[in-house]
Amino acid sequence: MSVGEAPRQETTTLADGIGSRGPAIRLTGAIRTRLAGTVLIFGTITLIVCVAAPLVGSTRISLIRAFDRSIPFTDNLDAQIFFIARLPRVLAGAIVGATLAAAGVVFQAMLRNPLATPFTLGVSAGASLGAMLAITLGASMSLGPLSPIPLASLAGASLAASVVYWLAKPSGRAMSTAILLLAGVTLNSFFSALIMFVQYVADFAQVFAAFRWLMGDLDIGGFEPIVAALPLVVAAFVMFAWLPSSLNLLSLGHDAAASRGVDVVRAQRLAFISGSLATSAAVSLAGPIGFVGIVVPHLVRLLVGVDHRLVLPASALFGAAFLVACDVLSRLLFSPVEIPIGVVTAMIGGPFFLWLLVRRG
Amino acid sequence: MARILPRLIVLVCCAIASAGALVAFPAAQGRAAGTESASPPARRIVSLVPALTEMLFAIEAGGRVVGVSSFDTYPPEVKKLPKVGALLDPDTERILALRPDLVTMYGSQVDARLRFERAGIRTFAYRHAGIGGALAALRELGLVTGHRTQADTVVTRIQTRLDALRARVRNAPRVRVLLVFERTPQTLRNMYVSGGAGFLHEMLEAAGAINVFADIKQESVQPSHETLLSRAPDVILEVRARGLIKPEDAARERATWSALPSLPAVRTGRIHLLTGEQLVVPGPRLAEGADMMARAIHPELFR
Repeated sequence: MSVGEAPRQETTTLADGIGSRGPAIRLTGAIRTRLAGTVLIFGTITLIVCVAAPLVGSTRISLIRAFDRSIPFTDNLDAQIFFIARLPRVLAGAIVGATLAAAGVVFQAMLRNPLATPFTLGVSAGASLGAMLAITLGASMSLGPLSPIPLASLAGASLAASVVYWLAKPSGRAMSTAILLLAGVTLNSFFSALIMFVQYVADFAQVFAAFRWLMGDLDIGGFEPIVAALPLVVAAFVMFAWLPSSLNLLSLGHDAAASRGVDVVRAQRLAFISGSLATSAAVSLAGPIGFVGIVVPHLVRLLVGVDHRLVLPASALFGAAFLVACDVLSRLLFSPVEIPIGVVTAMIGGPFFLWLLVRRG
Repeated sequence: MARILPRLIVLVCCAIASAGALVAFPAAQGRAAGTESASPPARRIVSLVPALTEMLFAIEAGGRVVGVSSFDTYPPEVKKLPKVGALLDPDTERILALRPDLVTMYGSQVDARLRFERAGIRTFAYRHAGIGGALAALRELGLVTGHRTQADTVVTRIQTRLDALRARVRNAPRVRVLLVFERTPQTLRNMYVSGGAGFLHEMLEAAGAINVFADIKQESVQPSHETLLSRAPDVILEVRARGLIKPEDAARERATWSALPSLPAVRTGRIHLLTGEQLVVPGPRLAEGADMMARAIHPELFR
């Protein structure tokens, strides 16, 4: 399967990435120009999508009225549709899309596996179990702007990430990608079994609510959930900024990376923690939305090559545009009835990914 | 995640069936398998659907019910009867041990149905399908239990009560109502409301309301914040089976709606949380449920 071999084939082109292990800001001339171009192009696409998205919906609204300050907000239906129904979900879509796509890039490089997704290591299954428990037990505990279900899903995600980390971490040595993958897959199955058990003993209405949560939902109805998730997202992206060069070398293998001066243990730890943090924040905000974390990175690699200093920022930007666009489809296709966002991303992402495999095979 | 999906889909289909978010299904539903009037009336009945249990008791065949589903709570007599599982997990062994000659079940329980028929036990399969479907099921249960006259009486009583309700609200102003039967507490997310089909919609219309989602011909609709805002209901009715919203949480749940301040129902405070199985079980008490809705929608008519 050539998708997996791609990084190895282009080893030589990565040479200029070596030695610049610090933040992505410290770059040599050639790559800086390419990065600027990439960010400009993908940034423009994202900006256009994010500006256009709140303008469409199942209802026709007047923008002039929506921004008319002379009408009190409580009387202004257009403003409410714009600021309560549309803007928060576009922002949430952009944040979740960027986060999942970037986390996908990080996990694919760290695990040296093109099929890795943000959900491979069990973080989303842990988050789902937390959410299921909160829905089933009718939990009403909240923490600041975090309401019960996001809080519980964050707790579940942290639990899952800690277990995988603890399992795969021999002191002072690099984590084995094989053990990480196996631990992740096993934990996914184990949490799925627990989820099924919780659902089996739950009330029908709760099972239904929980099942709906698994399909993902960006219609968050206000800015509070975004405010709650933002600190984690920002922390994850700050860590992402230090990663690209070491990811380039990690994806060649631990020995190759170490021989070129990468502190493999530290780089791995940073990748694992930032990827898990990003995934937890995204899932707690909008549920486990699939395919963004795998389709977007692969598409971006087709366009910009395999250098993570370009792939990571381009994937984050394109992930935001992709998810916001999918959400527009979910709102418009069968309007006024909506299709769950996870269904849309999978229906677009699945066939696209198969096409990618066949084409490159 | 992919591996648990099929299982989840099954769960959800069942949830749809039972939670009131119902699978669309045409016309009259109840149907006894095999020989109908030729066979003798059922003497020992196991009922796996709460609505059917209620119907059996309503047509005075309750004395013949020997086992009920784990979700049955009404009438109070069922609390003493053996619980034999429900939609997903009917306990074949315990059901057979009760030696029933009729098992009443939901239309989706195809496997269980074949199992009982192989054991020579008659089955009666039913699917929720509007008020008409419930009345048809009552009549057919009357046939298989030999309580035809009692069943006709119950059906007539329900129809009379609904007609009286319709007459009462006939001249009242039409009110645009949003009927919510599920959402995540403390938020307006994960919401399920009645569309323009099914018993909840029909009860709402009998109660003199215009369902704001009547144009969507589904039994359940998941509205977004945007569609909620643009449909602008005058009254919001939230219905739940008993105990799903605790009384002490009711004020907080009503306040959740203030996130959408332009809704006429929010401005006038006409948000009602109604609890009771008669609201969500399409059984012999559905006219009472419609009555409760009407009292919330048109309080001026019931002073």
